Amino acid sequence: MSIIKLSHAPSIISGASVVGKKEYDGPLGTDFDIHDNDSTFGMDTWEKSESEMQRLAVNTSLAKAKLSPSDIEVIFAGDLMNQCTGSAYGALGFAKPYFGIYGACSTFAEGLAIASMMLGAGYYKKCAVVTSSHFCSAERQFRFPIEYGGQRPPTSQRTVTGAGAVILSLDGAGPFICDVMPGIPIDMGISDANNMGAAMAPAAINTFKRYFDETNTSPSDYDLILTGDLGMEGHSILCEIMGTKGYDMSKNYNDCGLMIYNCKTQDVHSGGSGCGCSATVFSSLILKKLLRHELNNVLFAATGALMSPDSIKQGMSIPGIAHLIHIKNERI
Amino acid sequence: MDMNRNEYIKYSKRHSKKSPVIADCAKAFFVGGFLCACAEALSMLFLSLGIDGNTAKSLVPITFIFLAGLLTGIGIFDDIARFAGAGTLVPITGFANSIVASAIDDKSEGFILGVGAKMFTVAGPVIVYGTLSSVIYGVIYWLAGVIF
Repeated sequence: MSIIKLSHAPSIISGASVVGKKEYDGPLGTDFDIHDNDSTFGMDTWEKSESEMQRLAVNTSLAKAKLSPSDIEVIFAGDLMNQCTGSAYGALGFAKPYFGIYGACSTFAEGLAIASMMLGAGYYKKCAVVTSSHFCSAERQFRFPIEYGGQRPPTSQRTVTGAGAVILSLDGAGPFICDVMPGIPIDMGISDANNMGAAMAPAAINTFKRYFDETNTSPSDYDLILTGDLGMEGHSILCEIMGTKGYDMSKNYNDCGLMIYNCKTQDVHSGGSGCGCSATVFSSLILKKLLRHELNNVLFAATGALMSPDSIKQGMSIPGIAHLIHIKNERI
Repeated sequence: MDMNRNEYIKYSKRHSKKSPVIADCAKAFFVGGFLCACAEALSMLFLSLGIDGNTAKSLVPITFIFLAGLLTGIGIFDDIARFAGAGTLVPITGFANSIVASAIDDKSEGFILGVGAKMFTVAGPVIVYGTLSSVIYGVIYWLAGVIF
């Protein structure tokens, strides 16, 4: 069995999201807590802006739970930048133990998984999980200079400028992270960094299929099944292949990358990506719906493309990964 | 997955939305053509001002480089290029944009390790292989002169 059932299921007691202007202008704009019209968040470099977004997201989620930084015992944080510096500088001011994690765009689910296991095992009682991505810092690291005049293919995705944070506690009233399924890296030979949806979809299919098989459940047993940032290509591949395996995903499956932008009007091609994508969508709209009991049983699998600029230049194909979190409003 | 890697690559290609090649080519053709017409008009303007032919030939690309740099600096060039594609990338405007955009971006790492070191990250290959091609062309040209 690869599902880890948490006998002491931690509760997500609050969450907060911080986004840039393009994300605020998207369909979920009013669901986000903080936005900045020039996406600098008052900083003089994009890298500092990303750290500031993380700091704001953690502080806001603490304030929502009527907690202070001294009430949390540890921070799990991740981002897309080299050596996770966005997270390290963001966590610096809290003066709390810190785990920097990397799972590319799957980092938020990875953080939730590791944090819930740590809490479930009794090592901590309260912690923060935060991840972020910034369009400008990601462009600089992975692609071209920001003002570079080039065209993108229709399968490319836009890195979300945003940070999402949640506070997990062992003594909350729900929603609860009941079980987690760590993802397996899957490489199906896609080497086009502008088609990450196709690179990540096999990993998501693998995770969902393993989960449904092990739990003996089907997609219709859940209120919502959510992936991180498969975008249009990955979403359609997942639906089609899962359909051929007998899992009908057409009714209650959505992707954060398709929810955060209006793909028709916002010139984002195939949708949003980045570990700020699933983090902001989850810690805003999805968490609100869980807390209002509009959603009670959710599968959340954030997907990551585990590549670097050098691995792409060396012609290596892109492994994908999908970590799954099962959230319910009642303890199992 | 019931597919092997090759089957999946083919399958995912079928799923991937294709670039609108004909529309992109048409946009590139008209924008590129418009820029060439502007260059010709500029050249005629310089000549009409009494500037000699060789100087006018140098002033045209200088003007284009300046304008592309300026439009990059004020954040407009990438919007035009997103529409025009190769229409602005292939002319000297694309070359100027790639250098100015890198310089703006890398300012945060300082003038030596940032701007100085990384300014030609995008344009570097064009300079290297442009120079190499011109050397090869020069050798061929010289040999052709010797033989014929």
